[in-house]
Amino acid sequence: MALINIKIEGLPYQVEEGLTILEAAKKCGYDIPSLCAYNHGECNQGSCRVCLVEATGARGLVASCVYPVAEGMEITISSPTATAARRHSVELLLSNHNQNCQQCDKNGKCELLHVANITGARENVFGGVHSETHLDEIAPGLVRDTSKCILCGRCIERCKNAHGLGILGYENRGFNVFVSPAQDRSFAESPCIQCGQCVNVCPTGALMEHSEIDRIDEAFAAGKVVIAQAAPAVRAALGEEFGYRIGTPVTGKMIAAMRRLGFKRVYDVNFGADLTIMEEGTELLGRIKNNGVLPMITSCSPGWINYAEYNYADLLPHLSSCKSPHQMQGAIIKSYWAEQNGIKPEDIFVVSVMPCTAKKYERQREQMKVNGNWDVDAVITTRELARMIKRSGIMFDRLPDEDWDQDIMGDYSGAAVIFGVTGGVMEAALRTVYYKLTGKESDPIEFKAVRGHEAGIREASVDVNGTTINVAIASGMKSAKVLLDEIKEGKSKYHFIEIMGCPGGCINGGGQPYVREFFLPNEDDDIVDTYKEKRAQALYSEDERQTLRQSHNNPQIKELYDKFLGEPNSHKAHELLHTTYAGRERFPAK
Amino acid sequence: MARLQEAAVKQIEEICDRYCDEKTPLMMILSDIQNEYGYIPLEVQEIVSAKTGISVAEIYGVVTFYSFFSLTPKGKYVIGCCLGTACYVKGAQKVIDRFSELLGIRPGETTEDGLFTLDALRCIGACGIAPAVSINGKVYPKVETGQVEGIIESYRKEASA
Repeated sequence: MALINIKIEGLPYQVEEGLTILEAAKKCGYDIPSLCAYNHGECNQGSCRVCLVEATGARGLVASCVYPVAEGMEITISSPTATAARRHSVELLLSNHNQNCQQCDKNGKCELLHVANITGARENVFGGVHSETHLDEIAPGLVRDTSKCILCGRCIERCKNAHGLGILGYENRGFNVFVSPAQDRSFAESPCIQCGQCVNVCPTGALMEHSEIDRIDEAFAAGKVVIAQAAPAVRAALGEEFGYRIGTPVTGKMIAAMRRLGFKRVYDVNFGADLTIMEEGTELLGRIKNNGVLPMITSCSPGWINYAEYNYADLLPHLSSCKSPHQMQGAIIKSYWAEQNGIKPEDIFVVSVMPCTAKKYERQREQMKVNGNWDVDAVITTRELARMIKRSGIMFDRLPDEDWDQDIMGDYSGAAVIFGVTGGVMEAALRTVYYKLTGKESDPIEFKAVRGHEAGIREASVDVNGTTINVAIASGMKSAKVLLDEIKEGKSKYHFIEIMGCPGGCINGGGQPYVREFFLPNEDDDIVDTYKEKRAQALYSEDERQTLRQSHNNPQIKELYDKFLGEPNSHKAHELLHTTYAGRERFPAK
Repeated sequence: MARLQEAAVKQIEEICDRYCDEKTPLMMILSDIQNEYGYIPLEVQEIVSAKTGISVAEIYGVVTFYSFFSLTPKGKYVIGCCLGTACYVKGAQKVIDRFSELLGIRPGETTEDGLFTLDALRCIGACGIAPAVSINGKVYPKVETGQVEGIIESYRKEASA
């Protein structure tokens, strides 16, 4: 790329041609106040007008996020005209914004509040009426509150980019515009998969997870036996909420914190993941042997399950009948664990800590019950766990490293840990399938061809004792659609497909900590591009540290089958650990 | 989706096919549907979405952005009262209020018998004959409140004839 000469604040710089003023300035050491902490093609409409600067050759002030640099351009960021204009832009945004910042869960992570601070926005400059508020608190996973929306459109773009879905759009005109699923429907009454990717990019508190912290408080108050279980991806990101660099695993401190929050037991969902591999691996081998429906597709991701039920009802027989790991583990807690500990299942309250908002929906599916008791009673996100830790005054960085509770479901394999990243379930399954077919462990243990940390499709062929198993992995529904259409057209060559709802898998789930440059001053400039890889690395390194690497070698899993479940896919296993799916109407009549 | 008749589905798909070579076919498709059926409900938008790959939310956004498109059926006679500057100055507000009073509906609504829809328009370019009212394409010049009852009656008669 050719270099061109520009001046910023009167000083000469050489920058690449084709950059926007905002990008070029960043490279020269100027962070122009903007709402672009997470742009990358999402938004980039130049509509918020927060990043106005003066530039020679342009008429009036320009939005630096969309205006390209040109040879000889002189840019002024600090002039009274430019600073006043940026402040005005923010004040205009605030004039139609619900400023209940004290009650807002986004406080501390709010980009609007951040630019209001740094541009020096004054209180209530423009007054006047606010546009009508549209509030959706019906959906189990997500809450939409348009009183906090600044109409930037990032959520709309993210939904399209990640999933090709476009659930959200602008509705109406002028002052009455708001962002919503069609017909101002709830997320629950539209084909939204409740993955929460829109929440991850929302600059304000307009889109949030549907918090269930209150439910947990009530369970404690009612004297329930409250048990917590945490998904693998949580440990790879929770530290970010407490100032750790992205990619720092905080497993030990997380367990210590959860114990101090009063949970009677703190378990790793990895035990459930190992159990999933036993069930799913057996199901796959059964389908291959008995000419069953192939390819078989994983069923761990509730976002993906939602997508399949809304869009590919005819392909549902391809889905593994396995419940997701935390639902399986919840079912075991409410049955075997309850029995062993002499506690009534109805007195137990299981809390899952998940990187996911769709899990909040999943736990409320009718089939997710054992003898009338929910497998899981509340699901909180990584962010909500951080909130609980903070409000309890626990100084996270001073906690000792503690270990999971070891009774009945304490052991877990490295295979389970990597469930949290795209390709992980596939690799874990392959390790066990290889053993089941050959009677010996794979060497090397890893199946690196299936690994990744971004959206898109990866494929591999694994030769096991002369049997070739073709596998494919997709994350994000845009990628998944390609594989699904192949199946529909009868052209799929795969035996086994892993699909995860969020691009990159659970490490990038809709319940994970927000990644914004402005409150991550110690991270690299390219952190919004590299955070997924860093979180994935945290999980792969934990896998490598484990001596137990395969699900089928987990001694407590063996014990569970010996003492309680019998064989994988046994009648009892089916009753507790498997589920069914059904097509759903995309826009049900209201 | 099952709420639409098969023939209607087919016709809407046929309308979509008319513009399959266009780069941005949405406005043309929606215009044709609006002209053909008089409104574009969500079920119809779902079909357009499936045919074009444009999300329902985006289509819904376009339909609610332009006042030409309607989500609910319009009446047999669409009374458009111009409220542009010239008409407004000449008393158009009183005219539309009179229509509203006699028909028992607010602007944007349709009478229960499906006969009349009352619309407030923004300048129809007939400022010389302000205040102007346009009913199914026929323009009434310099309308006074006293005429409104007669205009409504003439259409009632036409409908029952």
